[in-house]
Amino acid sequence: MHHFKRLAASTAIVLCASGALAQDSITVAIQLEPPNLDPTSGAAQAVDSVLYANVFEGLTRFDADGAVVRGLAQSWDISDDGLVYTFNLAAGVTFHDGTTMDAEDVKFSLDRARAEDSTNAQKVLFEDIADVTVIDPLTVQVTLAQPNGMFLFNLAWGDAVIVAPESIETIATNPIGTGPFTFTNWAQGDRIDMARNENYWGAAPALETATFRFISDPTAAFAAMMAEDVDVFVGYPAPENLPQFEADPRFQVLVGNTEGETILAMNNQVAPFDNILVRQAVTHAIDRQAIIDGAMFGLGTPIGTHFAPHNPDYVDLLANSQFDPDLSRALLEEAGMADGFTATLKLPPPSYARRGGEIIASQLRAVGIETEITNLEWAQWLEEVFTNKDFGLTIISHTEPMDINIYANPDYYFQYDNPDFRAVLDELNATTDPAARSALLAQAQTIISEDYVNAYLFQLAVATVARAEITGLWVNQPTAAVDLTGVSWGN
Amino acid sequence: MIRYALGRFASLVISLIVASIVIFAVVEVIPGDPAAFMLGVNARPDTIAALRAEMGLDQPLIARYLSWVGGMMQGDFGMSWTYKTPVADLIGDRVWVSLPLAIYALILSTIVAFPAGIYAASRRGSAGDTAIMGATQLGVAIPNFWFAMILVLIFAINLRWFSAGGFPGWGNPLAAIKALTLPAVALALPQAAILARVMRSSLLDMLGEDFIRTARAKGLTRRQALWRHALRNALIPVLTIIGLQFSFLLAGGIIIEQVFFLPGLGRLIFQSISARDLIVVESVVMLLVFTVIMVNFIVDLTYAAVDPRLRVRA
Repeated sequence: MHHFKRLAASTAIVLCASGALAQDSITVAIQLEPPNLDPTSGAAQAVDSVLYANVFEGLTRFDADGAVVRGLAQSWDISDDGLVYTFNLAAGVTFHDGTTMDAEDVKFSLDRARAEDSTNAQKVLFEDIADVTVIDPLTVQVTLAQPNGMFLFNLAWGDAVIVAPESIETIATNPIGTGPFTFTNWAQGDRIDMARNENYWGAAPALETATFRFISDPTAAFAAMMAEDVDVFVGYPAPENLPQFEADPRFQVLVGNTEGETILAMNNQVAPFDNILVRQAVTHAIDRQAIIDGAMFGLGTPIGTHFAPHNPDYVDLLANSQFDPDLSRALLEEAGMADGFTATLKLPPPSYARRGGEIIASQLRAVGIETEITNLEWAQWLEEVFTNKDFGLTIISHTEPMDINIYANPDYYFQYDNPDFRAVLDELNATTDPAARSALLAQAQTIISEDYVNAYLFQLAVATVARAEITGLWVNQPTAAVDLTGVSWGN
Repeated sequence: MIRYALGRFASLVISLIVASIVIFAVVEVIPGDPAAFMLGVNARPDTIAALRAEMGLDQPLIARYLSWVGGMMQGDFGMSWTYKTPVADLIGDRVWVSLPLAIYALILSTIVAFPAGIYAASRRGSAGDTAIMGATQLGVAIPNFWFAMILVLIFAINLRWFSAGGFPGWGNPLAAIKALTLPAVALALPQAAILARVMRSSLLDMLGEDFIRTARAKGLTRRQALWRHALRNALIPVLTIIGLQFSFLLAGGIIIEQVFFLPGLGRLIFQSISARDLIVVESVVMLLVFTVIMVNFIVDLTYAAVDPRLRVRA
């Protein structure tokens, strides 16, 4: 042991290079490395975490609070019937390879995403598009088959960014967008580098260069922050360390919301969960705060329906499913299951599911429901639970923004089938008036809460640990993104 | 010697063929559809079908096996599904982390273990022997990932001499070696402990042999007999262990690669299995199997060089 230390020490003295950190560069760590750099194909969120708003831009975009704001489209007109959208594009926009971004590129991108052989993971976003027409280089007209109140929102997704036919072939390894940062290098397995786009059409970012690194191991993440190898960690994987960072003047800790509704999903078509009394009993057996404290170290906001609590249209329906084991047992008795029953509980890898699953199992046991816990990898979970619907209970965070529409699909894995709910959603899709939409969204949230489709647990929180001097970071994650446009080292 | 080598070579080829069939079969039966995994929960069935066709997953199993093996024979490992880059490039990048790391760790462990083992054997029962054996006991018992965390705590977080992890690439060789130092030390410790113990016991066995007594009777001192006669013979078990250790270091750095977030082969396998990037998993595992079989082949040949009797026996 002594030998090693001496050896390590002497090597260190020889090799230790002193390099002062330039204050216009930043190193950002996230947990997962993107499998490739094409935001318009696979569903991997890490692709958006690195590229969204930095390298690629869409017609519209999400801002830090999740509002849909102007992107490459500087303004738009919507016809009275809600079917025709005319977008006026920003002038003087070029892609990083020097080619011009114009209406042809918009048409190319949207047509490619909705094509028959498209491998866009969110193809559903473009389903309502009937036609895309180039009016002139800076004007493009999109015609929908039916009104869609979510259309501008859909266009803000990372999967709807504007790409160019000239660079599409190599997009997976050499992403060419219009954003404020230009992709420069990807050392696979280690880092992705980008540099300021000097020809950016909008306000220039403060940072000269940015590096993304990928650290999924909680201990390694802690070490990398503490050793100041990385300046920012978005989605810090070890909530138990956060108090230590808060107490350290070198760091700041930002805790924000994500779009992840974490639910205990129930298979609504399989006994005994096809019985609403049983589903209601499950929800009353669950103490949300105990799960948040025990599994998430206190991070997370309880939810009573499938909707993000930071959204202005959120309705507080927690009262429908208060923690009440006695009521739960009474409901089970009413359902003819006074002796309880046994159900499968299938858990995907994230800690909210694995740790949360153990706590939920013990809470359910207290009212007489035994669970058989199976831990699954993601690919297994997708096949067994999501595709084959072979489960009783599962815990999962639905991270797509505004995804209450999944309850309108009776084929969706929890198999909720309610024509009334579908009617509300159909009306919502056809409505563009904000007040009317709010009312319909409230109605939709109430229906699924009162039908006890799933047990709604909490809104997943995201923790960002950063050096204290850094400003301009997103606190919330309205979409998977690390938008560096407004980030700087203070001053 | 040539017949011995040919025999070993034939067994090498058979092992490789069997391994390729087993690897392909095992990897293909892992549950989980790669295309569905890549596209996530919002994907439509026709989108998944389009991607499956793009990845060649709609082909029959036998055809895919043959095209995989046929490709590998020509040095073509295929195209990664998720990374969308040639598997050979992926492996090529990672090998230059894992291989130097394994060699670095092996050198460190040998540098420490040989003198320690020889010293302990030549002074059996002395305080030095007891101290070395105690230290190796500890070295075997300490898990390398825990030792790695302690190294990070001391040298990266407190002293700030090293980065906590990551790999800057070989563009700057000194920085690259520096980045591999803590992981190599962490990997080398248990290996050195095992190797030192094997070295010591093997030498002690040899020192009790008749030919050593003969050598002593001819007038050699104990130390001369040890260096001239015992050491060479004691090397056979030590070489076996080094061969095994090298394979372990190359493939088994997976946990250490996680702790130091190094872009090595272990991490590539880990990521590829979770992403169901089967072609990458198959090719990397095959490469590792090939390496292990090759190392054993070389060790077998080295035995023959060290021990002339083996040449005749085969």
